[in-house]
Amino acid sequence: MSVETVPREAVEEKPATPLKAKDFKGKVDPDWCPGCGDFGVLSSLQRACVNLGLRPHEILTISGIGCSSNFPGFFNSYGMHTLHGRALAVATGAQMANHELTVFVTGGDGDGYGIGGNHFTHTARRNVDLTYIVMDNQIYGLTTGQVSPTSSIEMKTKSTPFGSVESPINPITAAIMNGATFVARAFSGDARHLTGLIEQAVRHRGFALIDVFSPCVTFNKDNDYPFFKQRVKKLEDEGHDPGDWKAACEKALIWGDEIYTGLFFQKPDTPTLGDREPVLDEGGSMAGRELGITPGQSDRIIKRMM
Amino acid sequence: MSSERFDFAIAIGGAAGQGIATPGNVLARIFIRRGLHLNAYNAYQSIIRGGHIFLTMRISDRPVHNHGDKLDLLVCLNQDTMDRHLGLMGPGTRVIYNGDTITPGSPGDGVHLCPLPIGELTDNNRNKLVQNTVALGTILNLLGMDFQILEEIITMQFQRKGQEVVDENVGVARAGFDYAAEHFEHFNLAVPSGGKPLAVWTGNDALAMGGASAGVKFYCAYPMSPSTGVLHWMAQNARELGIMVRQVEDEIGVANMAIGAAHVGCRSMCATSGGGFALMTEAVGSAAMLEIPVVFIDVQRAGPSTGVPTKTEQGDLWQILGASQGDFERFIVAPTDALDAFNTMPELFNLVDHFQCPGIVISDLLISEGTFSVDPEAIDMQPEIDRGELITESRNGVSDIPTGSQEANGHGLIGAPSNGYLRYENTDSGISPRALPGVEGYAHVVATDEHDEDGVLVSDEFTNPHKRRKMVEKRARKFKDVARRIEPPTLSGADAADAEITLIGWGSTHGVIREAVEILNRDGIAVNHLPVKWIVPLHAEAIAEVFASAKRTVIVENNHSGQFHRYLRGETGLTAEGHIRKYDGEPFMPHHIVDGVKELLAGQTDIFVPYQEVIV
Ligand SMILES: Cc1ncc(C[n+]2csc(CCOP(=O)(O)OP(=O)(O)O)c2C)c(N)n1
Ligand code: SF4
Ligand SMILES: [Mg+2]
Repeated sequence: MSVETVPREAVEEKPATPLKAKDFKGKVDPDWCPGCGDFGVLSSLQRACVNLGLRPHEILTISGIGCSSNFPGFFNSYGMHTLHGRALAVATGAQMANHELTVFVTGGDGDGYGIGGNHFTHTARRNVDLTYIVMDNQIYGLTTGQVSPTSSIEMKTKSTPFGSVESPINPITAAIMNGATFVARAFSGDARHLTGLIEQAVRHRGFALIDVFSPCVTFNKDNDYPFFKQRVKKLEDEGHDPGDWKAACEKALIWGDEIYTGLFFQKPDTPTLGDREPVLDEGGSMAGRELGITPGQSDRIIKRMM
Repeated sequence: MSSERFDFAIAIGGAAGQGIATPGNVLARIFIRRGLHLNAYNAYQSIIRGGHIFLTMRISDRPVHNHGDKLDLLVCLNQDTMDRHLGLMGPGTRVIYNGDTITPGSPGDGVHLCPLPIGELTDNNRNKLVQNTVALGTILNLLGMDFQILEEIITMQFQRKGQEVVDENVGVARAGFDYAAEHFEHFNLAVPSGGKPLAVWTGNDALAMGGASAGVKFYCAYPMSPSTGVLHWMAQNARELGIMVRQVEDEIGVANMAIGAAHVGCRSMCATSGGGFALMTEAVGSAAMLEIPVVFIDVQRAGPSTGVPTKTEQGDLWQILGASQGDFERFIVAPTDALDAFNTMPELFNLVDHFQCPGIVISDLLISEGTFSVDPEAIDMQPEIDRGELITESRNGVSDIPTGSQEANGHGLIGAPSNGYLRYENTDSGISPRALPGVEGYAHVVATDEHDEDGVLVSDEFTNPHKRRKMVEKRARKFKDVARRIEPPTLSGADAADAEITLIGWGSTHGVIREAVEILNRDGIAVNHLPVKWIVPLHAEAIAEVFASAKRTVIVENNHSGQFHRYLRGETGLTAEGHIRKYDGEPFMPHHIVDGVKELLAGQTDIFVPYQEVIV
């Protein structure tokens, strides 16, 4: 059995015919509400794939469940629309089983930091080589507007009609503490910035998180486009050093008149889970290997049982 | 001991931490190298130190399928073992113990007490574990066997620890052997040689080896007794065999990770016990909806909830039958012993690959942690591998780049034209050729939401009821004739015309029922046996035929509520006349079933629950 994939190194090379962003359009157009922040994420990912010279069959895009998790259906690549919260677990299996694929995980704040929080922690610490794009709208969109793990304290939602009494998670500091090696934040209203961060994230070997402010125009009236437009400031303009995790955490915790976007933290050259997995030292991807065991191997196993 | 065959049982009892595993392993090696068959059951508790551990090892010159009814030799490593079990020892048996520290109480008639002056025999060695090795020497002498074989196996067992440890152990074993020769009367028997050497494994080893032979390239798990042995075997052998093994954060992650690996083309599997399987539940249905082949193993232990972690039960059947929402296709199989578990794995992988659906193996502590001898030649690690309709090569000239303009497609929605590949093509068989990610020209999206043939969500177009129906029927069609693919259950024992009672069991009770049937038939009570292995698909017609001709049907199962009985009734409308059930955590012994049949025949009860005499 042979599975034809282009090795990771080829990502740097442009394919024969350069692709256009529309080549990454899916079979159906998005059914998101007009103005939903997720449109900006979709076009940024399409643009980034063009710039990276990727081709649709080399990509596996995996999501959970939510408005944002409908993403793979609108994007032209191999895709998996899995269970709510489980995308990172599925993606770890897929990435480790065929490390020649470029793996994107796309989903929401509820999907990734709520129900999928355990996988978030562990995928980060394992440094699985994938790019995780969270469309963080600080609300549960698909279920029509309940509080989410990133909703601000006192936020009124359908499940917190008198205001939330819980503090939100900070995805950036959480990811850094969990051992993620590439941690960024973006705003879907700034597609050019987001596109650049996605390209960097794909080139980064290891677990890359991009938490994207992606306003839910229907259910979150607090954190809308004007809210972010007035506040976001790019770390790149501040001379932030992504190697400095303490500075990264300090900047990530600032939430007021100024909110930072950009690359908070990167620890390049950290071995990925695949790098550390001896079974992958030779023989190519697991999925491409000959099945079964040899008579020599079985003889040795049976001898140990005697 | 019956006269026509060699049938001998040794038990070793002590506390956790007293090192019962080592003498158990040494004895097992000695007997299998002699070509003798064995079956061992270790009763233990969920503690690392203390408690009571009781290993029963039954040896015979003919295959043995359970740990039997009686003990011939008892080794007490502590007072507790003596107090608990001396009363069960009958005439002609021997009881070995440390005479310095253990007092025997009052033995029954004809029981030979064999106290060992351990301090004297070991030069007051402070390592308490050496008493186990002394006992091994004594056992060999009582059995009239040569010391040499013991020396060989001890050397093998302790080699890694250095020559000094080997010499020390051989020395004390010799002391135990010689002391027995001078002071104890050995058994009046000759341990036969069974011919060619056998091998020994546990059910968990067999499940792992079956998976490896079937071509599993991805195994993941979260530790949970009694399934952890599969993880240990895989981890130990992964590098040599080129299998990726991952320990995951929880069983939800396990199941989903296995699905991810399977989707890109690996044969992948995972194992757990009931609580972990509960967490995997949602993923089982997702594999069915995504149409991804993956194998889940549930090694049952006594429930509900955390239950009795180190005790056996057949209590997860309804959990497995009900695992995950909606109607979907999946295989459920309950192997009958270690070798059957081994052989089931490649068969199941071929089935799930062919039908593109999940498969669930039901094991239990009895099989998974039980130790079985096996003829090495019966272990075929190069089984046939059939991956079904898999697309791994690109088509000439077909790419995934949409050509032409955006247009209304079959969904009445605007979107890019596609490569034309239909992952969920509505074929006559219901099976749609499966392209693996990475192959050019077949890019597609799989979805846990209901989807059309091309993977586009049905809900994207206001939930089209006709498409929904089409896809439900497409998946269901895969299983239309599926029972043909597996062996129907067959009767054994007395002729159907003569049998007073037909015993029906499922999974791990096979071995013990089989022996009970032999005993009953020998006692003049005609009984036969229908072991059921495949739960889904169920050979309902074959079972109905047996019921139609049976005088009286009795279902034997290791649970309280008769889970298999309720399932059978639901699927076939058939009701058994009697039941033998056990749910105290310990497995059936043959006489439990023999007694049950006799009581049921006498009309004393409809449900017989045997009393567990051995308190472990
Ligand atoms: C196990 C499970 N629980 C609950 C749901 C219902 N559900 C679907 S999406 C969702 C939340 C979505 O929020 P988020 O992940 O932030 O995505 P968004 O819609 O905001 O993009 C919930 C609770 C589900 N599908 N599965
Ligand atoms: S509900 Fe909110 S998140 Fe969902 S599509 Fe509409 S705007 Fe986007
Ligand atoms: Mg959300």
